[in-house]
This record gives sequence, C-alpha cells and structure tokens, in this order.
Amino acid sequence: MIAPLFFYLFAFMTVVSGLMVILARNPVHSVLFLILSFFNSAGLFVLLGAEFLAMLLVVVYVGAVAVLFLFVVMMLDINIDEMRQGFRQHLPLGLVVGLILIVELLMIFTQDLSTDNVLATNLSNDISNTAMIGQVLYTEYLLNFQVAGLILLVAMIGAITLTMRHREGVKRQNISEQNSRTRDETVQIVSVDSHVAPKVLDDSRAANKRLQ
Amino acid sequence: MEMITGFLTSPMIIELIWTVAQILAVIVPLLIAVAYLTLAERRVIGLMQLRKGPNVVGPFGLFQPFADALKLLSKETILPSGASKAVFVIAPMLTFVLSLVAWAVIPFGEGMVIADVNVGILYLFAISSLGVYGVIMAGWASNSKYPFLGAMRSAAQMISYEVSLGLVIITVIMAAGSLNLSDIVMAQKDMWFFIPLFPMFVIFFISTLAETNRAPFDLPEGESELVAGYFVEYSSMSFALFFLGEYANMILMSGMTTTLFLGGWLPPFDWPILYLIPGPIWFALKVALVLFVFLWVRATTPRYRYDQLMRLGWKIFLPFTLIFVVLTGGVLLGFGLLPQ
Repeated sequence: MIAPLFFYLFAFMTVVSGLMVILARNPVHSVLFLILSFFNSAGLFVLLGAEFLAMLLVVVYVGAVAVLFLFVVMMLDINIDEMRQGFRQHLPLGLVVGLILIVELLMIFTQDLSTDNVLATNLSNDISNTAMIGQVLYTEYLLNFQVAGLILLVAMIGAITLTMRHREGVKRQNISEQNSRTRDETVQIVSVDSHVAPKVLDDSRAANKRLQ
Repeated sequence: MEMITGFLTSPMIIELIWTVAQILAVIVPLLIAVAYLTLAERRVIGLMQLRKGPNVVGPFGLFQPFADALKLLSKETILPSGASKAVFVIAPMLTFVLSLVAWAVIPFGEGMVIADVNVGILYLFAISSLGVYGVIMAGWASNSKYPFLGAMRSAAQMISYEVSLGLVIITVIMAAGSLNLSDIVMAQKDMWFFIPLFPMFVIFFISTLAETNRAPFDLPEGESELVAGYFVEYSSMSFALFFLGEYANMILMSGMTTTLFLGGWLPPFDWPILYLIPGPIWFALKVALVLFVFLWVRATTPRYRYDQLMRLGWKIFLPFTLIFVVLTGGVLLGFGLLPQ
C-alpha cells in the first residue's frame, strides 16, 4: 500500500518540478527545480527495484553535473527583462519546434512499445542488479561501452585545449624547483658593520641579483 | 474504542512505530554526540595549544553545548532584504537533513542497521555528494559577496575531492566484493582493510577532511579572508543548523572511514572474549578515534592555499588512486584473492 503512495508522490514531484524548470523566472531556481526532478526520478528508479541506477543518477547527475551547471548559471549575470524582450518575435519559431517535438513524441507512443527486446537477457533473482548490469555491460556491450568512454575522452581533451591558455607574466609555483633549492644558493650570511651599513647592503643586493 | 485499538495494533502501524523508534535510537545519540563533539573540539584544541578551553559551565564544562544552544535560540533570525528567501531558508535545513539521512545505511552491529540496502555504499556516496547543495544554495541566496565566494570555493573543492573519494571506495568494493556495508564489514573479519589498503586509507581520510570543509581545507569559511564564508548572513537557529550539519557530517565521515577501513563493529582481534563488548561500542570507539584525528589535524596544520588544494586533489590524489585501483584489481586477480 505504501509503494503506490510513494510512486504518486515521486511522479507528481517529478512532473511539477519539471514544469517549474521552464516556468521559474529566476534561472538559478530553474536549475534547483531540475535537481529536484532528477532526485525524484531516482526515487522512481528505487520503486522499480533498480537501486543501482537510482544511486548512479544521484551521484552523476545531481552530485556532479548539476553542481557544475548551477555553478555556471550562478556566475552569469542574467537580466530577465532583457531576455523577455524578443519573446513575441521568437514565439512562432518556438511554437513550430514545440509542435514538431509533440508530433514526434506522439509517433513514438502510438508505436507498439513491447518490452521483449529490453528484457532479452536472463534475469535471475539470485544476483543483485548491480552484478547483472556489470555482466551485460562488460561482455555484450563492451565495444559500445569503450566507444562511449573514448567519445567522452575526446570531448574532455577538446574542452581543455579550447580553454587552456598560458598567459605571460603569471607567477606560478613550481614545487619541485622550490624543494630542490639548497641553503647555500638562497641564504647568505653577511657580517654587518653597523657604521658602514649602506655599502654592505649594496653588496648583498648585487649578490641577490646574481642569484636570480 | 475497539476500532482505535484495532488500528493501533494493525501490522502497518506497528511497523511504522518500530521504524520511527529505530530512527530515534540513531538520531538522539547522534545529536548528543554532535553537541559533545563541539565541546570536545574546543577542549582538545585548547589543551593542544596549552589553554584550558571552556571549563566553567558545569563540571569540566560539560554543560557548555547546552549554554551555546540556548544562546543561539534566543537570538533573532535575520533574513537579509536582498536574499532569495525560500532558498535562503531551505539551505540550512538541507544541510542538516542530508547529514542525518545518510545514517540510515550505516551498520552499528551485526544486523543493527535501519535499512540494509544492497547498494549502501553508493547511497552514502550519493548523499555525501549532495552536501554541496546546502553550501552553494546558502552562498547564492545570501546575495552577498563573502558567502558567494565561500560557496564557489566549496563547490569546486567538494567536487574535486569526491573524485578521489569515489576511486578509493572502488578499491574497497573490489576487496570486499559487495556494495552492502554489512558485507563490507564482514569481509574485514580476518584483516581490517586499512592494512592492505593503507595508502587508500590515508587518501580517504584526507579527502574526507576536504569533503567536510575541515582544516586544513577550510577555505570555504576561511575567516581571515571571507569572514565566515557561506554562512556569514545566517544567524540564530539557521546558523545552528549549519553548525550541527557540519559536525554531524564529520561524525558521518568518521563512521564511513570506520566501516570501510577499520572493521566497523568488529573488535580489533578475533578473540571470543572481545565479542563480549557489544558491536555498537566498538563502532563508537573507532569513530571517536577518527574524530580525535580530525581535531588533532585542525589544531596542528595551517590552512592550504587554494591552488595547492586543487593541485593536491587533481594532480596527486586522482592519478595515484587511479593507479591504485588498477593495481588492486591486478593483485586480487593475480593472487586469486577476488571475493566470491
């Protein structure tokens, strides 16, 4: 009796927070609602008996992707009035895109959504679903898995090469260089005669310059 | 009358009451532990720095936490006028709730766990990775520069150290052969994991320091530069919630270290006489030991600079843990030690 109640709770919250993502006026609130909707979908996964997927959804999407997303949105200086200026002008285009999406979704739903293909592998209740996913992922779908990993690697390297610039004149810490310095090349003991101080100072400055 | 007694004795209600009782049995001792951890921190650090620490309120200062709580409760709750109100109010609650819900899967003794789920360790990891939201929401909603800077630092820091934390957890999972925390503890019956996986144990502990924003990684609340970081604008009970959340998180992370590396509720040696002491006491003792190290580190280490913190996380811990994951897998496979 409790499971259906939780299903309706999670499903309702997923839909409402999904709606709020596009209805909220503040972009940061939108992202927070997006996170709430991820979280509720994870709840739905748990009810389906797919705990592993639920936890992965929370760890990957909520714990990492959405944080970076929130990070970026928070840094943007978004003026909502400015954003709404072109609203009427872009409305027809938006409607067309939305219409196409709805038609496509309807086309999918009217198809026969039989689950035969999805459940083709043997599901035994003896092993946990984590082990099941592992057994399928690293045998049957090994190639797809590796290719997905490679694509991510390429994307990562691309992002790094696009954003990494070495600016001149920025002081950086080189720890191995710091640690390899010896006492002799950095510290100099000078006996200072208090009466002729200026001259000795000049000497030590010159010595410092030589070292640099 | 009969209807009421019938309703109260129905299986569902009894189960509900039992569950609530279990939750209370975990949360009440936890909150008392949090209260006394704040006192212990001030006393221990005081003694390490040749001071006395709070010793006036009650014998040995034992009533100090309650005096602090009363003082905080009697203060005014301030809502900054420029704040995003709902988010501002939700942030401390989120921090506090997240620090409590994770305890559902921690085993205190054989079979003594509220929810014995088979992905327990992933649940713990997921909940601890959500902790960043309380900080980031508080920092943004305060609409003020110090909290915002603190939140930014915290977000970047917690994400960075989660990566190595996750990889360390993978080595433990490989050695134990299960994602269930009780199974992980039982796999340490012969040898606690901190002996074969010692480098991982050290990295895990340092990462938990960063994950809980504790010294020497307490840059998000670095008082010398950011006043108090993300909770500058908070006062009264909402501040207290952040404070409780931080300390509950410390205890949680110590509990996680204990479960993964120090054999959970198991006694240090497999002698029958040691089993006379119940599991939860062994568990509490080990958690207290790890917590002491938390305080010890805070009393003795200077704060990291931000670029050093990032360098340590990404350039040292990440490659090292990655290599160690491969190494552990290879050793387990090569010597036929893989758990069945």
